[in-house]
Amino acid sequence: MEHTQSFRFFNRGPSPAVRLVFFSLLSLLLLFVDARYQYLESARSTLSVLFQPLQRLVSAPGSLWHGADAFLTLQSNLVRENEELRQRHGTDAVKLQQLQSLQAENQNLRQLLAVQQRADYSMQLAEIAYIERDIFKRKLFLDKGAQANVQAGQVVMDDSGVVGQVTRVYPWLSEVTLITDKDHAVPVQVLRTGLRSIVFGSGDTSELALRYMPVSADIQPGDTLVTSGIDGTYPPGLPVAQVSRIERDPAYPFARVQCTPVAGVSKQRQLLILSGLPKLPERPEAAPETVAEKPKKIRQKKP
Amino acid sequence: MSAPLPKNQEFLLPASNLFIAMSLLAALLLNWLPWQGVWLALRPDFVALVALYWCIHKPYRVGIGLAWLVGILADVDNASLFGQHALAYSVLAFGGIVLHRRVQMFDLRQQTLQVFPVLLLAYAVYAAVHWQLHGYVAWEYFFGSAVSALLWAPLSVLLQAMRRPRAEAEL
Repeated sequence: MEHTQSFRFFNRGPSPAVRLVFFSLLSLLLLFVDARYQYLESARSTLSVLFQPLQRLVSAPGSLWHGADAFLTLQSNLVRENEELRQRHGTDAVKLQQLQSLQAENQNLRQLLAVQQRADYSMQLAEIAYIERDIFKRKLFLDKGAQANVQAGQVVMDDSGVVGQVTRVYPWLSEVTLITDKDHAVPVQVLRTGLRSIVFGSGDTSELALRYMPVSADIQPGDTLVTSGIDGTYPPGLPVAQVSRIERDPAYPFARVQCTPVAGVSKQRQLLILSGLPKLPERPEAAPETVAEKPKKIRQKKP
Repeated sequence: MSAPLPKNQEFLLPASNLFIAMSLLAALLLNWLPWQGVWLALRPDFVALVALYWCIHKPYRVGIGLAWLVGILADVDNASLFGQHALAYSVLAFGGIVLHRRVQMFDLRQQTLQVFPVLLLAYAVYAAVHWQLHGYVAWEYFFGSAVSALLWAPLSVLLQAMRRPRAEAEL
């Protein structure tokens, strides 16, 4: 290789091309390891702890602006808002009374039916620390992490519906993948008919898609989708989305169903992390081989 | 730029390691600003620009290794996979080092045109890795490379000015 190049007075180490190949291979190796295995998560979390003060510093002007904005509110706005809140409080109080009586009645009925009680989920309030900085991803970071017992897989919601799921936990931060992320799916049920399906993110903040829905399926614009609870990750009955548009083209086997998320996926500052979800019983191993093997084992044990 | 700067005659202080490191850190901080919405699509990659500047002006000091290291730091923050930025920045640094004599011959406006394809290539590498892993690419992402190329001239003027000795003697 050296012969082909002109004579060098100074030894500068390997040529740029060699270095490029070396570092590209190193990057590709890292990419492969990071995409397939979990080995690098600890390195990532320690490095992120080192960088966190700097990130706080960078986002400080923005949060200062928010603070100043909240502080300098017009008095008339406050009065108006207070009035609205008072009215809403009145109506809500009435509804709450009804709800309480309904809850009591429901509990009685459930006890009568000896149905397993659905536990109240304990919730944790967390504030959004950063939003995603990568255009490809719908992710955000909350300010509670492993120190506050947040675990990957927990469901994140706001006051109106499901927002997403915790996918990565750092010591003082947790990463939430929004339901609008392209790689994210939520098992849902149409509230009106009980029809089950899966809703996928579209990569856009205000759109979800219900795929593989037959053209003849009973679904209408305005239908509410709630979580079905079948996966064991999402508790049942949380509102997820509302059907906004349906295209039924008989040329295709599936209808195109577009939905809008119920939760203000990109509007909230505080979110709730659900924890302590009831564990579903273990799935039985129902493969035919195991069934066939079991009697043999018993026979072997007997003698 | 009617009167191009007499670049070859210009006397510049030797760039200290500290200055190079601080400029790269400042670029990382700029990338960490909370960009949103349209601005996220138009966000120039400051780290890529600063790394390219040093690769073109100090090709024997700042090389592919440093660019790769900075890429790893960018990967930690960005919730991307380890090595994604590092790969893109390695390619970028290689382009800068190969083209450094040629780019330095031109004035800043022409340099912008020379630098743009290199930046575009680095962006394409990043997008290609993403496409390979996730199966789709957001095309708005490539606007960032054009914005970055437009920022090349102001950034070069700024860094060049910071490397010039203080003009106490003129007073």
